[in-house]
Amino acid sequence: MVASSSSLKLQDLIQEIREAKTQAQEREVIQKECAHIRASFRDGDPLHRHRQLAKLLYVHMLGYPAHFGQMECLKLIASPRFTDKRVGYLGAMLLLDERQDAHLLITNSIKNDLSQGIQAVQGLALCTLSATGSAEMCRDLATEVEKLLLQPSAYVRKKAVLTAVHMIRKVPELSNIFLPPCAQLLHEHHHGVLLGTITLITELCERSPAALKHFRKMVPQLVHILRTLVTTGYSTEHSISGVSDPFLQVQILRLLRILGRNHEESSETMNDLLAQVATNTDTSRNAGNAVLFETVLTIMDIHSAAGLRVLAVNILGRFLLNSDRNIRYVALTSLLRLVQSDHSAVQRHRPTVVECLREPDDSLSRRALELSLALVNSSNVRAMTQELQGFLESCPPDLQADCASGILLAAERFAPTKRWHIDTTLRVLMTAGTHVRDDAVANLTQLIGGAQELHAYSVRRLYSALAEDISQQPLVQVAAWCIGEYGDLLLEGSCEETEPLQVEEEEVLALLERVLQSHMSLPATRGYALTALMKLSTRLHGDNKAAILEKIPLVERGGSQADEEAKESKETAQLSEAAPVPTEPQASELLDLLDLLDGPSGDAQHPPPLDPTPGGALIHLLNLPCAPPPPAPIPNLKVFEREGLQLNLSFVRPPGTPTLLLITVTATNTSGGDVTHFICQAAVPKSFQLQLQAPSGDTVPAQGGLPTTQLLRILNPKKAPLRLKLRLTYNHFGQSVQEIFEVNNLPVETWQ
Amino acid sequence: MQFMLLFSRQGKLRLQKWYVPLSDKEKKKITRELVQTVLARKPKMCSFLEWRDLKIVYKRYASLYFCCAIEDQDNELITLEIIHRYVELLDKYFGSVCELDIIFNFEKAYFILDEFLLGGEVQETSKKNVLKAIEQADLLQEKTEHVSHSKSFVGCKKAY
Repeated sequence: MVASSSSLKLQDLIQEIREAKTQAQEREVIQKECAHIRASFRDGDPLHRHRQLAKLLYVHMLGYPAHFGQMECLKLIASPRFTDKRVGYLGAMLLLDERQDAHLLITNSIKNDLSQGIQAVQGLALCTLSATGSAEMCRDLATEVEKLLLQPSAYVRKKAVLTAVHMIRKVPELSNIFLPPCAQLLHEHHHGVLLGTITLITELCERSPAALKHFRKMVPQLVHILRTLVTTGYSTEHSISGVSDPFLQVQILRLLRILGRNHEESSETMNDLLAQVATNTDTSRNAGNAVLFETVLTIMDIHSAAGLRVLAVNILGRFLLNSDRNIRYVALTSLLRLVQSDHSAVQRHRPTVVECLREPDDSLSRRALELSLALVNSSNVRAMTQELQGFLESCPPDLQADCASGILLAAERFAPTKRWHIDTTLRVLMTAGTHVRDDAVANLTQLIGGAQELHAYSVRRLYSALAEDISQQPLVQVAAWCIGEYGDLLLEGSCEETEPLQVEEEEVLALLERVLQSHMSLPATRGYALTALMKLSTRLHGDNKAAILEKIPLVERGGSQADEEAKESKETAQLSEAAPVPTEPQASELLDLLDLLDGPSGDAQHPPPLDPTPGGALIHLLNLPCAPPPPAPIPNLKVFEREGLQLNLSFVRPPGTPTLLLITVTATNTSGGDVTHFICQAAVPKSFQLQLQAPSGDTVPAQGGLPTTQLLRILNPKKAPLRLKLRLTYNHFGQSVQEIFEVNNLPVETWQ
Repeated sequence: MQFMLLFSRQGKLRLQKWYVPLSDKEKKKITRELVQTVLARKPKMCSFLEWRDLKIVYKRYASLYFCCAIEDQDNELITLEIIHRYVELLDKYFGSVCELDIIFNFEKAYFILDEFLLGGEVQETSKKNVLKAIEQADLLQEKTEHVSHSKSFVGCKKAY
């Protein structure tokens, strides 16, 4: 045999590749060598085949193609020489995964190697089978592997057991073959075989409830094994940092978790042992903490005694204080999973959790944020919000959105006072305005609008905030709205709760103009500023147009779309524009609407001369005829109540449209269960015209969550007495409900 | 465990052990993305990260990153022990192992790993037993090589 003089030894090839200075040079070296390798595969000495393949495997790792080596793997595996098999099987695992056609061809070689007597060879075959064996191969070779479970050599047995695990994963029916031997294997003393057996039993139980039931009988035996492991003295061979075989301990604990889950009796059997492991495991190094961690997971997942659960949570609390940030990480992740089920136990560690907000590692601070938000309740909301605000100011941008919305949500749920709520929201908008959700603006305007006693306070604070910074859009929008609504209070004089602030009209108008003209202002923001200026010009100069720009009564909150539509439909009733409605009105109806919406003609009053306001475009809008002052509001009506679900109707007769009635249907739910798939339909007498707009949602959350609203537009051209029938369908407490009823006691003001 | 990757600080792959069936293309994509993600981590960060639907556990030893992908129910802390045990085995075998040893003897690195893990699970928890098995396999290899060479190359100089 003459080896080509330029074909390299593996080590020399590696050396040459490393010495290549450019990618191109490397490619050249490799291509040259691959040519030699190909030639050698074709007609080279079979004795050297394994060296050629080894070189090929190296370049494959660097990312170069090696498919022409696949058949060589087969040849090497089939060779009787151990050297050949070793490299051949390695090649098979790297090049011959189950997607390759050649893959099945190794089945026969594996079968032969499994049944011959050399342990090392059997080991190679089992290893390859468990790493890349396809379902078909597993089916073919299952009985061979089953035989090997009884082999005298522990070396072979331990590999056979884990190969069985792989086979079951690929072909679950093979569980039938591998379940029976487990009982015997559980008596093993060899740690490797025992570990493999536990792994196998775990796999069987995870796949079949029957297997689970079967193996529950072995809980006492497993408890015994673990107890022996834990109490026996130090064994150098299997211990790590004074902890006996942590790999085996962890695997047993995991199996116990699966067996004890949802099973009172098994859980009870393992309670003492778990307590023992939890208290006696050395926690100075990672190995012990790994065991402790698995123990905690098991305790929390099975039916443990209350005391044991608290112990587990406390272990996690201690983990939070560990200097090793990996330990802190698993603690945060686990506590997050427990915060709902074991809330009070986790609450005890709140200060430590809050400390973790300061972690420089993002993945830790993110978890700390999630956990902190979950721990906010009515008694700690002030302190927690303080911490979270601090975090918001310094946290990385990708966490700001979550933090901001988290704070706002917590504020909404637990605000001790309205003023605190407004302050908190304001602060969030100032710190992270660009990251808040779309409904933040609507929510804040709603909040302020509904707190009459805080109008003056709010407008002053917002004015000051706006004066400092006009870049945060949500803040600017709310501020503009507020100034428009309560500008009079702003200019009035002092307010008790803020520092004395003397604001001149010109300053306010100048500020709004700045907002209008700033390139940072979005179109929506400009809209708010524009509206505010309009409102101010009226309010500050006692115009007769008061009614048009009257403070809009608070609309029931039900999602921004409903808000927008409700507001729009009121405003546009007076501004001669068709409001966009989701349901298509018929042509005749449309005509009717337009007829109705003509303002009083003829005796249009001449508007008094306006003070010069910035922006000439404003003047057109202010030339509208005015409408008569609005009538007294119509009282609300409760029309339905069942098991905590309540339906209220509120009525508005927009002035200027005597035949139009707007009804807002509000559904609230004080029960403990959500109401889902909620649909409300309505019917009116023939002479009426009814339009239902889309509801704000179809779920009414439990415990007084966000109500759903729906707007009904009713036209009554004949001024007939109003009759209204409602049909409700929904799911509540697992039942589907249908209710049909006529609304009684409709106030006469709704149609007269 | 779904797979284990060893790579240098320049992102060069030194070992790839896959325990799930994936095409070459998919393996390359995963490797590229994951290597990038891990190399971007700062030194003070923890050893765990969430990537796609897997948990990644990684640790750097000198110039080499050891990176494992485990499933949701697997214990991260024990995976760190698995990585550490593997490094200890390499260290014992090569005598104060460094990246160069793994580069020039990559097949040995695979053989050692295959005596410690099987099908993605731990098969042997005794360091002694793993090293003994490798030793015996090495001896067996030497024996058969020697025999075959002495048969075919009587009188010839060994030519590699």
